[in-house]
Amino acid sequence: MDFLTVLQILDSTVRLATPLLLTCLAGLFSERAGIVDIGLEGKLLVAAFMSGAVAYVTGSIWLGLLAGVAASLVFSMIHGLASITFRGDQLISGVALNFLAAGLTVVIGQSWFALGGRTPPLSGHGRFGEWNLPFSDAWSKIPVFGPTYSELISGHTALTYIALIAVPLSWWVLYRTRFGLRLRAVGENPSAVDTAGISVVRLRYMALVIAGVLCGLAGTYLASLAAGFVKDMSAGRGYIALAALIFAKWRPWYALSATLIFGFLEAVGNRYQSISVGDFVIPVQFMQALPYILTVVILAGFIGKAIPPRAGGTPYVKER
Amino acid sequence: MVSTTHEGRQTPAAPIAPSTAPLAIELRGISKAFGPVQANKDICISVRKGTIHGIIGENGAGKSTLMSILYGFYKADSGTVLINGHEVQITDSQAAIAAGIGMVFQHFKLVENFSVLENVVLGAEDGGLLMPSLGKARKLLKQLSDEYELSVDPDALIEDLSVGHQQRVEILKALYRQADILILDEPTGVLTPAEADHLFRILEGLKAQGKTIILITHKLREIMNVTDSVSVMRRGEMTATVSTADTSPEQLAELMVGRKVLLEVDKTPATPGAPILEVEKLTVVDSHGVTRVKGVDLTVRAGEILGIAGVAGNGQTELLEVLGGYQNGTGVIRVNGQELDLTGKASDGQSRRARGIAHVPEDRHDEGLILNFAAWENIVFGYHHDPEYQKNAWIMDNAKIKKIAHEKMERFDTRPLNEKLEAKSFSGGNQQKIVLAREIERNPDLLLIGQPTRGVDIGAIEFIHQQIVALRDQGKAILLVSVELDEIMALSDRIAVMFDGNIMGERLPSETNEQELGMLMAGINNGADATLSEGA
Repeated sequence: MDFLTVLQILDSTVRLATPLLLTCLAGLFSERAGIVDIGLEGKLLVAAFMSGAVAYVTGSIWLGLLAGVAASLVFSMIHGLASITFRGDQLISGVALNFLAAGLTVVIGQSWFALGGRTPPLSGHGRFGEWNLPFSDAWSKIPVFGPTYSELISGHTALTYIALIAVPLSWWVLYRTRFGLRLRAVGENPSAVDTAGISVVRLRYMALVIAGVLCGLAGTYLASLAAGFVKDMSAGRGYIALAALIFAKWRPWYALSATLIFGFLEAVGNRYQSISVGDFVIPVQFMQALPYILTVVILAGFIGKAIPPRAGGTPYVKER
Repeated sequence: MVSTTHEGRQTPAAPIAPSTAPLAIELRGISKAFGPVQANKDICISVRKGTIHGIIGENGAGKSTLMSILYGFYKADSGTVLINGHEVQITDSQAAIAAGIGMVFQHFKLVENFSVLENVVLGAEDGGLLMPSLGKARKLLKQLSDEYELSVDPDALIEDLSVGHQQRVEILKALYRQADILILDEPTGVLTPAEADHLFRILEGLKAQGKTIILITHKLREIMNVTDSVSVMRRGEMTATVSTADTSPEQLAELMVGRKVLLEVDKTPATPGAPILEVEKLTVVDSHGVTRVKGVDLTVRAGEILGIAGVAGNGQTELLEVLGGYQNGTGVIRVNGQELDLTGKASDGQSRRARGIAHVPEDRHDEGLILNFAAWENIVFGYHHDPEYQKNAWIMDNAKIKKIAHEKMERFDTRPLNEKLEAKSFSGGNQQKIVLAREIERNPDLLLIGQPTRGVDIGAIEFIHQQIVALRDQGKAILLVSVELDEIMALSDRIAVMFDGNIMGERLPSETNEQELGMLMAGINNGADATLSEGA
């Protein structure tokens, strides 16, 4: 395995980790505020569909991005309405949104484009362009550093850089701002926030707005990467992001590492379709299943003990 | 604003004579109904600045509702609130805080995995960024802890602090928000006597600085010791407001309950018989590997009540759990001379009951009852295998169980007398009566009873105490665990004090006092116990 292959796998890791990272951070904000968000998958899917559709019609992925974020926000607010305002069960609301997304995208897609639920392929400005960072050509001849810079660090789309910047930003917001303190408090003990004279409902809605925007970015990224929307294209990434969130113990920097691990497994699975161990050939399906296997391992609690936000999953009701 | 308050503190005002001080709080005609239930009916209170005002009343008398109205949790149906002579609209907690009201809830409103500082500033930050607020709070906390006896480590996590320290954080939170009026709801329920004394010293210090304090409690002794004036509530109404100096515990109890109440338990000296329960070298290690009970020896004889005093969490719970058969232990336990299995299959509630042990657990919500089940179902739990409750080999005789349940509830004066109601619809006292009815009516040789009157109102306390004494007088052995020292003193024929998994000493109620027991509860043993258990 030469250096370039390693670089290519890592490059592909970053590409595949981007939507996971954005979705994972979305879940982080939501769950840190005490709202369990199993509907990440659904938000991802509607965002991918709406961005794909609008980007095709308008020819601009940026307008597609707006539409994707808007669709994801609508879903986020439905979740808020059900679980915050009406104090419904957060899991049920989330699962319902996932089903709604899976069904709606195909039905509407078929009615608009009559392509069996997919959107027409995106091209040109309908997709995100790759950003070449300064000097990536000039430095590419420098040994080791050059290729690393031009292959791995440079040449991603805007959303990848946004996702990477979102990590320190999320950390800063959560741990260094008033809003972050209140957000974390509302996921741990909402009555402490309430008695301090702050609205629990408002804080939780704000967390869902952030989650909606981040999922919108992630969904649009998927549509752009695949050059259009395909039925069920989120392929369980919302659930994988949730597993990564648990793996990351609900912390931003850990979320980056966790999603990179998942991205790496997916990259390896894509590149090495079959590996032979002696006479035995590991089937391609196994390689591609790696991220999902890790998800199961994490969710089964094999990786240490992760303590979720203590008020997670319970609607806040003022006590008498 | 904080600095001006602080300057004010450095030159303390001359002590204010309570009778002439201006009114800090005035409530006029406050009424509040929840559906058909009138929780507060035309309540009027005036509290003078710089005084400690007590509010007592039984559970459900409307104390908490009234305070929730004052803190903006509920909107009163009618009535007005005046703070420092001005009418204020307290629409939410933010408005209450702005009006200078601070509240220390019975169940602390703290974020467990936040530091003390973070909890103090939460909701009262200075700007969008956290660091300046935390820095300011750190400085102010140091000042406050020097002025009053309120020292806490600002960087400690709440979950690592003792309950007493957590309560200080709640008080600091209120002071940080510049509260002039501090409301404390049942503040001593979870404290040791020493911690409670410390709290009262803090309150005296705050009072000396001109703060007004409202103390909600059901403990008559606290009212008598620390308040200047006291209001009594009963069934949503304010029955009286008196100066503490002019009243007596007996009078207050009568005002609370509406009839004369026996504060002392009426009982004759015990006539202990043969040992029923013998415990030798009992050691309990919990699931975290912590040794909770460390080689405890004790004996309970027929016809006596052994009271186990101690602050919650010193091994009493685990002791009861092993005796009740749902925790493993090592050592020897004999009941009526026969050894019990402490581990394995024959160590469960079923086998314990078969040996004549009845158990009223400390936590009736989690262990004593299934709240969503009807009273008649709760009354048969644990004994539902008994042949008398079966119709045939397959079907239980529910009609008969209901009838028996009804009779038992009647004998235990359970209200409402309706065995079909869910357990959660009964008040705390009546829930406890359901548990007692189940356990006592089985006529056990040994009754284990934990916190018999926790969250139970005075009228029901009297009844429950009488039932326990009556069982003793029938020659049964009773092991009583309670964190209420008054209750231990009143009921026990012998008192053992537990601290850190050990029995610190045994005393006779007639030969000890609360100070001595308080020292033992804190792990300090000055006097020799001699061989009390033999003498008794």
